[in-house]
Amino acid sequence: MVSLSGSDIAAILGKNSVAGIIQVNRDNLVIDSQSLRGIASFLKDTPEFDFDYLSHITVIDYPVSFELVYQLISFRHCQSFILKIRCRDKETPSIPSVVDIWQGADLQEREIFDLAGVVFEGHPNMKRILLWEGFEGYPLRKDFKNDD
Amino acid sequence: MEMMDKYIYSDIELDIYEGKVIESLKKQNQQAISDPDEWLDEDISRNVLLATVDSVLNWARCTALWPVICFPACCAFEFMGAASPRFDISRFGMEILRASPRQADLMITAGTLTWKMAPQVQRLYKQMAEPKWVIAMGACGINGGVFKGSYAVVPGWNKIVPVDIYLPGCPPRPEGLLYAIEMLRKKIKKSSLKRQ
Ligand code: SF4
Repeated sequence: MVSLSGSDIAAILGKNSVAGIIQVNRDNLVIDSQSLRGIASFLKDTPEFDFDYLSHITVIDYPVSFELVYQLISFRHCQSFILKIRCRDKETPSIPSVVDIWQGADLQEREIFDLAGVVFEGHPNMKRILLWEGFEGYPLRKDFKNDD
Repeated sequence: MEMMDKYIYSDIELDIYEGKVIESLKKQNQQAISDPDEWLDEDISRNVLLATVDSVLNWARCTALWPVICFPACCAFEFMGAASPRFDISRFGMEILRASPRQADLMITAGTLTWKMAPQVQRLYKQMAEPKWVIAMGACGINGGVFKGSYAVVPGWNKIVPVDIYLPGCPPRPEGLLYAIEMLRKKIKKSSLKRQ
């Protein structure tokens, strides 16, 4: 599996006039959350990339932002790539959902909502998955306090 | 009884025949038939044991402890080790793991219990028939172990079900489990109907 370089992809995106890149790194791209769906569909539907599989979504709780990491895989080209989004709203973080682009995002987005409290807008079933309804707080946030 | 030696043609002949049957039965049955249990008298001292109800009941209970299948995490592997031929809990009449709690009388808490699982475990316990016992196996069973303080883990099974024996270890070895079972058997032997 080859991981693609951020600058190569940024160049191709720029050529196709896809906007929304915030930062170009060696092996990933940091993009704007509003352009996530546009860039995601572009990477999936362009035959040259053909990222047909969303391997995983992770959330990282930094002091100033939540960072979402999307790892994409193309089985045809045997390539992988990482997209990142930073969400600076720590109180009510919200990100567009990609469930209709990669169906595999469904449970992962729910898990992130459940444990870190990031809301995915447009998700068909945005509710808790591991914890029970009525659980207070989001336990994987750094500021979560347990009663015990 | 003598056979009918000729055909009977009238009522009076039938009555005479009946009279003969009764007379002969009466003649033959003058002595009482002997008691079929008479032989017991001689052997009774060899064949009857006397014991208290408590000791018989406790003996029956502690030699056939059937565990219910409820092993949510890694301690279960040590339980499997204890159940397999090397340690062999069938020596204690325990090898029959019941999938139905109604047929079980011992719950071994081999594992970590999460709050999400807790209602089901409590329900399993309530479905077990009395009398029933619980061995809290492993650090998780005692107080949550390495997961104590987690948002998801019940800090000790005794928050959910009453525990009889606490068996420390993470996980306890099968020998440890056998020791706990032995302690539980001692505890059962001390129980009495009067106190229940
Ligand atoms: S006590 Fe240790 S071995 Fe047993 S369930 Fe807990 S973590 Fe696993």
